[in-house]
Amino acid sequence: MIDKRFASIENALAGIRDGSVILVGGFGNAGSPIPLLEALIDQGATDLTIVSNNAGEGDFGLAALMKAGRIRKIICSYPRSSGSVIFEELYGQGKIDLEVVPQGTLSERMRAAGAGIGGFYTPTSAGTLLAKGKETREIEGKLHVLELPLKGDVALIKADLADRWGNLTYNKSARNFGPTMAMAADLTIAQVRQIVDLGEISPELVVTPGIFVDRVVKEGGQT
Amino acid sequence: MSSKLTRSQIAWRIAQDIDDGCFVNLGIGMPELVANYLPDGREIIIHSENGLLGMGPVPEDGEEDGDLINAGKKPVTLLDGGSYFSHTDSFAMVRGGHLDICVLGAFQISQTGDLANWATLNNTKPPGVGGAMDLAVGAKQVFVMTEHCTKSGEPKILEQCTYPLTGANLVSRIYTDLAVIDVTGSGLVVCEWIEDMTFDDLQAKTAAPLSPASDAKQLTVPEL
Repeated sequence: MIDKRFASIENALAGIRDGSVILVGGFGNAGSPIPLLEALIDQGATDLTIVSNNAGEGDFGLAALMKAGRIRKIICSYPRSSGSVIFEELYGQGKIDLEVVPQGTLSERMRAAGAGIGGFYTPTSAGTLLAKGKETREIEGKLHVLELPLKGDVALIKADLADRWGNLTYNKSARNFGPTMAMAADLTIAQVRQIVDLGEISPELVVTPGIFVDRVVKEGGQT
Repeated sequence: MSSKLTRSQIAWRIAQDIDDGCFVNLGIGMPELVANYLPDGREIIIHSENGLLGMGPVPEDGEEDGDLINAGKKPVTLLDGGSYFSHTDSFAMVRGGHLDICVLGAFQISQTGDLANWATLNNTKPPGVGGAMDLAVGAKQVFVMTEHCTKSGEPKILEQCTYPLTGANLVSRIYTDLAVIDVTGSGLVVCEWIEDMTFDDLQAKTAAPLSPASDAKQLTVPEL
């Protein structure tokens, strides 16, 4: 029997190791798995590389994990949202590494990892600083840049509904990076609003099929 | 009426050039204003790169939903017929040439349509690019919305950008508080400029050669 449900967030995070690359869903706070990120502080993993669109805001979620000194490097498209004060402070002190990746390239690199593609050529960033040192190639008269897959050891994502097979739906623009990150990590952990019985999510409406998901946990724990 | 345009008036002018049926992405910041002036009677679908097509207006007070935001992370609504999708699909729309127009802000624009809008030469702040590079290369037409000069009066339209590029050779049209300028194979062509200014005055505020269009007009916008 397949049962990906975990009774508590603490249990769902078990086994995440120091030095892991963690894909963190969300665009700003929409879709950000805040309880998972905060529980990761107690879980204890450190020296982490985080892949996320933004670098956290305020002092909760991703910013709290950062403040706790657990993040060595962040790979993101836009670390400068208003309220990203903890990141800016650590960056200013040279305590965190930053790799800036264009948003669409960030998403597509993870998709490539999840889809077994060894890389791709994109016109995005051609001729700019972000293409420095990267292989380029002219395709149909347009300069393209080779981008390589970006794989996670772990993905932490927020979804709306889940069942025990790990099928997921999302809520509105909180979907953002979730479906792509789910397929791009060895261990995908989804925090969800509600866990329902098999068959309750119409197969036509499943957004992330359970094959991409390893653990589901209800916000606040308990199924 | 024909003095320097306000930001809202630049937005209004841009909106007049967006046709019925267009798919449009409005960049974060100033370009977001364009949504307020889309002409009545045109169905224009706004794309937001965080996974929305058919973005609607700002919600009523108390109706905000943290899961329904735009690329600037502000609460929005979704129109009937709108859809939600993942980032991967969203940027397939962006890079795949499915957007008719994107409107972006600028630090600098070159005479060949290079755009610099993501980083300055100030390295004290961390850089951030967001979706600008993808939008710039992917949309069928890139409109730039900007003040003609910086706050200290330096021209933003140059022979070559000095700031790091967002992308090369991709701006179609520049809308400023003084003029509407097409980027063409034979240089910058001014389609419209404000009445209060001579062509020579406009040239003096621009650090790249301009030529007037054969059918150049006065840049006229309503009071807003």
